[in-house]
Amino acid sequence: MGRRKEKKKKSYKEEVRNIVYSYSDKLPENILQEIETIALREKLEKDELHAFIEECVKEYNNALVEPGEAVGMVAAQSIGEPSTQMTLRTFHFAGVREFNITLGLPRLIEIVDARKSPSTPITYIYLDEKHRYDEEKAKEVARRIELTTIENVASEWELDYLTSTITIRLDPEMLADKGVTAKDVVKAINKIKGKKGKVWMEDEYTVIFETEITDMSKLKRMLDRVKDLRLKGIKGIRKIILRPVKTEDGKVEYMLVAEGSNFSAILEVEGVDPTRTITNNIVEVAEVLGIEAARRVIIKEMQEVLSEQGLDVDIRHIMLVADAMTYTGQVRQVGRHGVAGEKISPLARATFEVTVKHLTDAAIHGEVDQLTGVVENVIVGSAPIPMGTGLIELLMIFPRKKGGEG
Amino acid sequence: MSNIEFQTTTRIAAIKFGLLSPDLIRKMSVTAIVTSDTYDEEGMPIRGGLMDRRLGTIEPGVRCETCGNYTGQCPGHFGHLELARPVIHPEFAKKIYILLRATCRYCGRILLPEEEIKKELEKRKRLEKIWIHFKYRHAERIAKKAAKNSECPYCHAKQYKIKFEKPYSFYEEREEGTAIKLTPSDIRERLEKIRDEDLVLLGIDPEYARPEWTVLTVLPVPPITVRPSITLETGIRSEDDLTHKLGDIIRVNQRLKESIEAGAPSLIIDDMWELLQYHIATYFNNELPGIPPAKHKSGRPLRTLAQRLKGKEGRFRGSLAGKRVDFSARTVISPDPNLSINEVGVPEEIAKILVIPEKVTEWNIEELRKLVKNGPYKHPGANYIVRPDGARVDLRYVRDLEALAETLAPGYIVERHLKDGDVVLFNRQPSLHRMSIMAHKVKVLPYKTFRLNLLVCPPYNADFDGDEMNLHVPQNEEARAEAKVLMLVQEQILSPRYGGPIIGAIHDYITGGYMITRKDSLLTKEKAATLLYETGYEGEMPEPAILKPGEMWTGKQIISIFLPPDLDFEGKCAICEKCDTCLFEDCPYDAYLLIRKGEILAGVLDKASIGAQKSETLLHVIVKKYGTDKAREIMDTMFKTFILYLDLKGFSMSLDNLDLPQEAREEVAKVLSEVEKEVDEIIKKAARGELQPKPGMTLRESLENEILNVLERAREEAGRIASRYLGLNNSAVLMAKTGARANILNITQMTACLGQQSIRGKRISRGYLDRPLPHFKRGDIGPRARGFVYGNFKEGLSPTEFFYHAMAGREGLVDTAVRTAQSGYMYRRLANALQDLYVAYDGSVRSAEGSVIQLRYGEDGVDPAKSYHGRPINYDLILQRIKSRKVK
Repeated sequence: MGRRKEKKKKSYKEEVRNIVYSYSDKLPENILQEIETIALREKLEKDELHAFIEECVKEYNNALVEPGEAVGMVAAQSIGEPSTQMTLRTFHFAGVREFNITLGLPRLIEIVDARKSPSTPITYIYLDEKHRYDEEKAKEVARRIELTTIENVASEWELDYLTSTITIRLDPEMLADKGVTAKDVVKAINKIKGKKGKVWMEDEYTVIFETEITDMSKLKRMLDRVKDLRLKGIKGIRKIILRPVKTEDGKVEYMLVAEGSNFSAILEVEGVDPTRTITNNIVEVAEVLGIEAARRVIIKEMQEVLSEQGLDVDIRHIMLVADAMTYTGQVRQVGRHGVAGEKISPLARATFEVTVKHLTDAAIHGEVDQLTGVVENVIVGSAPIPMGTGLIELLMIFPRKKGGEG
Repeated sequence: MSNIEFQTTTRIAAIKFGLLSPDLIRKMSVTAIVTSDTYDEEGMPIRGGLMDRRLGTIEPGVRCETCGNYTGQCPGHFGHLELARPVIHPEFAKKIYILLRATCRYCGRILLPEEEIKKELEKRKRLEKIWIHFKYRHAERIAKKAAKNSECPYCHAKQYKIKFEKPYSFYEEREEGTAIKLTPSDIRERLEKIRDEDLVLLGIDPEYARPEWTVLTVLPVPPITVRPSITLETGIRSEDDLTHKLGDIIRVNQRLKESIEAGAPSLIIDDMWELLQYHIATYFNNELPGIPPAKHKSGRPLRTLAQRLKGKEGRFRGSLAGKRVDFSARTVISPDPNLSINEVGVPEEIAKILVIPEKVTEWNIEELRKLVKNGPYKHPGANYIVRPDGARVDLRYVRDLEALAETLAPGYIVERHLKDGDVVLFNRQPSLHRMSIMAHKVKVLPYKTFRLNLLVCPPYNADFDGDEMNLHVPQNEEARAEAKVLMLVQEQILSPRYGGPIIGAIHDYITGGYMITRKDSLLTKEKAATLLYETGYEGEMPEPAILKPGEMWTGKQIISIFLPPDLDFEGKCAICEKCDTCLFEDCPYDAYLLIRKGEILAGVLDKASIGAQKSETLLHVIVKKYGTDKAREIMDTMFKTFILYLDLKGFSMSLDNLDLPQEAREEVAKVLSEVEKEVDEIIKKAARGELQPKPGMTLRESLENEILNVLERAREEAGRIASRYLGLNNSAVLMAKTGARANILNITQMTACLGQQSIRGKRISRGYLDRPLPHFKRGDIGPRARGFVYGNFKEGLSPTEFFYHAMAGREGLVDTAVRTAQSGYMYRRLANALQDLYVAYDGSVRSAEGSVIQLRYGEDGVDPAKSYHGRPINYDLILQRIKSRKVK
């Protein structure tokens, strides 16, 4: 009995699948999948299923964009209009209250500007199978990444102008926490370019650096330089927070959130899962992972900014902006030095910004404006503008009158 | 067939950019300009002067001596000025510099060996095919590469380093270390020697832009139409800035010419030459870096050619991309709930000025005759008649309108007044999205304001505190048809931004919707009938829900009349208390809306079901399922009953609504005093050094954070106390809970406690030394001293509290001002970057140049405006349909 039921169930599943996928030429894959799950949930019968899918096809076709639709303008409006409602100067906290990230309008502007480095770069580091479930191991990775300078592990400084020595007293707790020793400190100081003088360990927690600098201000500068010496970690990564997150299968894994970004270096650190680790620095992602990844980051970042402000914007508009910024294979900013400044039409460029330069350049290059865009046609006053209903050209052939010239 | 008119239209196919060659300048010139004088003693323009009659005419009634046309028809004609010595065009100085460095000073060849040129040409061909901009980038690289070569590969001449001094001076640095100035004549000579083939590689089109043309020998003198003089009331003529500048140029040029002829010392000639260069440079651009701008007599800098083109008010942005129009009107707006959402109330005075040209046919001749008889001053009238021969008759000056009306015949055009039902475009600035301009149907009304239905306020973002709006009248059938089909208000209910209704209930509509659907709203026959009558309902009354003591109808019943009979809907209301376990339609607060077969069975209507700018609501389902016509009908009828019901029942909010009972006030005070103690404790603890700093924060930051948290909790607690004593029978709370206006926080602030005032997200700390205000002790970091307001709006704030509140309020105002500027600029950039993108017939998104931006719009080709909150298919609705079909 039980087995038969099982078999029947299975065949029903298969049947649904067959029916659903027989429509694969009419509906996209993701919709077919959705229909399949709904059909199984609702236990639709064969004729119902057919009727259901037919209706879906109808509705899908009704929802398609009309050719000629000015989707670019609609996207610009859909992002530009709500941006007036956004809060300015929002420094918000990323999840936990450890550090702030720029959000709101300033961040949105940053994204469309495709800045070389965002004002608050953040890297979300996921760990590999070996390290992700154990807090200690995760911390170990964090230590490898977090930039540790001498300043971080020192408790006290002494600057003796008479003997021109710098005495560094190290904090044993911090040393242990960061996993460095006084030896590392000595090594780091020894690496200073053009260093003169001697360095030695007085005891386990004291390092003395006898410089030969006599100039007081120079000595002071040397102290600052020593403070900033890198002992461990990756340049540009100031602070790391360990964060437990629930995985899909209910387990708890540890991930790292790092302030600062040095993407290519972080990906090479042992214990880091390079397939999931990501940063909010768009230009860096484009350099390291390529343009498709950069596009995805633009979309994700914009979505986050908008939804954090409680603004409802369709993802298609955001995707269009991201695609317009990336379709050339490079990340281009929305603006004078990017998308808007590299249009083919000299008139369109002149209308946007730096009018005279674009005109003189066009003259000397002998450029031709083919009048294919919107502004160009507004300027010359030609109706219709080649978009929307203006895209259609109608040629009417009148029946010729017999004998007449028609 | 015979009266079909064929219109041939000439269209500009393309525009080629290039430089004017001296020959061309001379050829297109009607006269050489020889004197800087403009008029003689009698005020007549001097021949050969700057205002020569042959250059065009701007005076009414005077024929142009070149083309014979009057003002308006005469396009104006160029003259020219022969320069005594060549002069550099300042805008091309940089290009000249690049060319001078990239080419040989002796033979003019590009400083690259033959084989390299060949290689680069190949490369260029490849790049050009990919993207035209690569061509110019490549040219820049070539120029840089060539400039590195210090010896000509062809004539082996040694190349000197050329120094460019902005804006237009060039020096050649010889070996001895002396810099020799290159005169424009030297430069021109060198540029002349550059071969055409080499220029192509440098990104220059030699046919249209020989480089030596950037060094001017002849100056085109623009027509007078470009620089009209204005006559002031006093009769004094005031010349255009350009005319002044041209006068300067001609004068200096004349002196230079004379000096040269007289054989003056070269020092003097060079000086004058430099002066001519200055005048011509500022004639082109008066904002060149490094040279003082030319000034008007009054000290105002002259607005010369570059300034005319540049910027927001310049020719491009101000005159070409943004044009002024006729057939438009603007006035203050005011609300009128009796209009349909598709309508706009137009004052009769405006309707009598705005006209629509209507062609007389056999079918409308009688109608139009009536209009003509009414004339221009009586409302449904007409202002002009255009006869088939093109003659216009102004009806203001016609004595016998009756007689004229009779002469009307098919083929005439009557420019008639705006009348009810005409389609017009209605707009409110800032036009941030396409719903800022929508088509409305005219309803001519008395008084002087535009009237609009309140439901269309959200898309326009309009209110009635003095807002003005614009109205435009489409002038031909094509435009009217497009407006009606695409832009009519009802077609814009769904926003393309999020695929949900942007038009929906606001304010009183929500309050009314809630009140009428509340369980306790029972209507007598008289009231129910009044409501239904006002909406124009003509059907049967439903069975009364209550028969004794008298026939009564529930509000839900009355509202259900307007719902389509096969409508099913369910969802949580805005007044939902968010219980732990939802009882759905058995909700004790009646906060779960259940509609079956067009009957409201449970729940109330509020923001969550009929509100504007909300997705996946009852309203949204109606628009999607029954179309925009039905949605409009419901908004014009059902929504109207909401406010009518409010009128009948009466609804008001007063100061009394903000009264808290004595015990509540005491409770709030207790909470606040406790919190003050708590904060005190924290501060003391921090002073003792017992406070643990939070990760990533300094001790001070942690302390601030801790205090802020405690105070925030206190205000929340105060709010909870307040809302415990205030219920839905309180008008203010009712409005907040239903989503009509304000929120619970606002009510807390009015009744209980205003809470922490903040600047830049922190407690107020700046002002005097160690204290924000002199009312406090130095270093006091208690709540009161740092901007925590214990008071509320009802009872009033203390002076210090008031001041802190004003500080925070000011920050808000400044923020808004900065934000609008910033977001405005971002929007402009986005719009400029994306405006040319459209969906092509193959479903891909393309730019103006034809590049593919997306292979399929939005990856699935779905229009967000036609989607159901982003999703192309609403499976639930389809399932419902399928299942109901099965039941049948």
